[in-house]
Amino acid sequence: MDQRIGIEQELLNRFEGEPLLSQKTADQIPTLWLPRDRLLDVLRFLKLEIEGPFLCLYDLFGIDERRRAHREGQPEADYALVYHLLSYDRNQDLRLKVALSEDDLGLPSITSLWPAAAWYECEAWDMFGIEFRGHPHLRRILTPPTWEGHPLRKDHPARATELPPFRLPSERQEKEQEALRFDPAYWGMARHGDNTDFMFLNLGPNHPSVHGVFRIILQLDGEEIVDCVPEIGFHHRAAEKMGERQSWHSFIPYTDRIDYLGGVMNNLPYVLAVEKLAGIQVPERVKCIRVMLSELFRIASHLVFYGTFSQDVGQLSPIFYMFIDREKLFGIIEAITGARMHPGWFRIGGVAQDLPRGWERMVREFIDYLPARLDQYEKMVMDNGLLKQRTVGIGTYSTAEAIEWGVTGPGLRATGLDWDWRKHRPYSGYENYDFEVCTAANGDCYDRCRVRVDEIRQSLRIIRQCLEHMPEGPYKADHPLTTPPPKERTMEDIETLIDHFLGVSWGPVIPPGEASVGVEATKGNNSYHLISDGDTVSYRTRIRTPSFAHLQMIPLISRGLMVSDLIAIIASIDFVMADVDR
Amino acid sequence: MADVFRVLAQIGTTITVLLVLAALLIWAERRLLGLWQDRLGPNRVGPFGILQSVADMIKIFFKEDWVPPFAEKPVFIFAPCVVVITMLMALAVVPFTPTLAIVDLNVGLLFFLAMSALAAYSTILAGWSSNNKYSLLGGMRSAAQMISYDVFMGLSLMGVVMLAGSFNLREIVLAQQGLWYIVPQFLGFLVFLVAGLAESHRLPFDLPEAEHEIIAGFHTEYSGMKFGLFFVGEYLGVLLIAAITVILFLGGWQGPWLPPFVWFVLKTALLVAFIILLRAALPRPRFDQLMSIGWKLMLPLALLNLMITGAVALAGGL
Repeated sequence: MDQRIGIEQELLNRFEGEPLLSQKTADQIPTLWLPRDRLLDVLRFLKLEIEGPFLCLYDLFGIDERRRAHREGQPEADYALVYHLLSYDRNQDLRLKVALSEDDLGLPSITSLWPAAAWYECEAWDMFGIEFRGHPHLRRILTPPTWEGHPLRKDHPARATELPPFRLPSERQEKEQEALRFDPAYWGMARHGDNTDFMFLNLGPNHPSVHGVFRIILQLDGEEIVDCVPEIGFHHRAAEKMGERQSWHSFIPYTDRIDYLGGVMNNLPYVLAVEKLAGIQVPERVKCIRVMLSELFRIASHLVFYGTFSQDVGQLSPIFYMFIDREKLFGIIEAITGARMHPGWFRIGGVAQDLPRGWERMVREFIDYLPARLDQYEKMVMDNGLLKQRTVGIGTYSTAEAIEWGVTGPGLRATGLDWDWRKHRPYSGYENYDFEVCTAANGDCYDRCRVRVDEIRQSLRIIRQCLEHMPEGPYKADHPLTTPPPKERTMEDIETLIDHFLGVSWGPVIPPGEASVGVEATKGNNSYHLISDGDTVSYRTRIRTPSFAHLQMIPLISRGLMVSDLIAIIASIDFVMADVDR
Repeated sequence: MADVFRVLAQIGTTITVLLVLAALLIWAERRLLGLWQDRLGPNRVGPFGILQSVADMIKIFFKEDWVPPFAEKPVFIFAPCVVVITMLMALAVVPFTPTLAIVDLNVGLLFFLAMSALAAYSTILAGWSSNNKYSLLGGMRSAAQMISYDVFMGLSLMGVVMLAGSFNLREIVLAQQGLWYIVPQFLGFLVFLVAGLAESHRLPFDLPEAEHEIIAGFHTEYSGMKFGLFFVGEYLGVLLIAAITVILFLGGWQGPWLPPFVWFVLKTALLVAFIILLRAALPRPRFDQLMSIGWKLMLPLALLNLMITGAVALAGGL
């Protein structure tokens, strides 16, 4: 890998004599350990000074290293903090790690460099108790403010049964409720303006237009939004903690429920990462099946977006038509996988079953049927004058802002940047398909919808290619770690039988290592960073979801607009709360 | 004495019929929306689900009559009554046939305008007395919307008054014997229909309730029969606007072959269906956009219509 040597060498040249330690990872992403006190310098260099800068803070998360056995070639650490940077210019990832010891769990906040780090740092504080000096509002973000302990530490219990029985006496209830009260002073918000009193409006967590349990507190002057504070965490289900408890195989259904509209699209980055760790090469047929199912789910998710988007600006009918199409789609998915929204159907090294007889007919009928419907929706929704009035020029951000805040997916392409993981980092065989990356120009609500609508047609194109060129072959890789392993030879020799038995009962033992794989999911880039410690379970499962980054940006794009605009913005972002809170 | 009884009986019958019609309208709207949105709508209670509204009514009557502790109690209770009372009062001057009307008022049209303007108090008071921020926003939107749309609602009708030379609704219908006023007063018809939709806050003018933004707005805190009254009031409003439009622009009960009452019902039903279709089809403009449509487009249109009609009337010596 030339590039790997490239960026590492550049850093070593610039910071000569510093103890920069390189770590080998299964995913070939350059990974460097930094001393804590040089963190800000290195990051500033990478963002502001270097040629082909790393402008996007792609992810930031902690690792509890205390119980990890396989740490060959890594410096002493009780905890580690990972900064995952992304350069669109270079098409290059870079992972930086900082080692922390238990008795001094603190390091400088990087919010001055990347405002988008604010939520990520809160999350690391919440989950690991790592303190970020200079962070303006370091607080619990996913757990309630009254939570005790830091959930992703290895000594924090994962099950309620490990805790004393739950009780809610009235004083505790009052304390919990009081903790939900919004305090404008904490956020530096004035209660009064020059000649007006501001109204603080609590929008959510149960509001018809926030698409789940999302709370956003508005500082209003009349109906104009002066400022707002999004609050998340109501949908937190500790998916990352579950990743450390479930076996590699049995975690797959959990991934389905992260972006619950994306179905098997969620399985894809997870199984790809596990396969990278295990060194499994999957057959062509598997790749093609995976692509087809993922694209079917992309259409399903985009149809829900399309309908709710128009509904949130007050148009009541389109969502019903689109749900009918989605039902047809689910018919196909059900025929193939046996389930509708959450099939959990991809497997380590393959998929659960082969395609059923007659799948071609169902898929062909659908891809012949949908374009005409899309034409109708185009007239009904996208060409509607009132809808344009409500969404054009509303909630605008530039490409630079989008990159700065970690926006990925259609939200990024709506600003005009031609970037799609399927094209620029092809995975699962996307390089073999002929499709276009849809972009728009203005980065407003209308364009975000425009891009998604166009993507539906591109997805149809990809599915048609899958249909016409579906390779023959097995639906599972012939590899000992494929789960469940191929069974044909088990009755013939004892070794295969033992392998099969262990693989099925305990689950596979994945070789130690680290890998992260990102895919172009329905809502943006979804990636799984997996650390294996040579066990039947993952040592650390980090889920980087697109919606988390997108929601953090809401205040920036909604200041000075009206409540109705905020609703349009929320609708155009296309998030689901499970994807934010995990 | 017999006369009084006759009038009372007529009032009683009309009110009952109107309330039943409003309930039926709720069902009709749901079925029509179902038809246009590729779904079924209520179809279980009675033939074609026609008794759904009755079932809902029974349910809503048996709900606890609850006033939130933080609300301004007397006003909170009074507010939903206002809309139903004013709507029923306004319907009193509507001549369904040449002979069937509760009162044959000289200033019928003015009375209608006054009553429909009064109905605005219902939403404003409800929004204020609920003591809820969303309701307050709804109430504010409602106040602003009513004020701006009332202005040109009145203006849009003056052309009709000029042509007919009367404020009496019955005489206005009779004056349309040769030609329905929708032809000479097409601008007025458009402006009035828009203003009427805004008055009865139906989509696309349902900003005071806008469930996607301010969660039912002025009636967020209402439940049980008090909520039911708002509901009935809204549908009475739709009936009223449709009926008045038919009278002013579509020749009222006039038409060949069929009896007058049937003509009236037919025309009104068609207009009501059109209003429901609008709800199925259109998104909702933003608050300030609504205001600018009102002041920058509708008001000038109404004035233009008035001036042209006046000029023609002067020149033609009507």
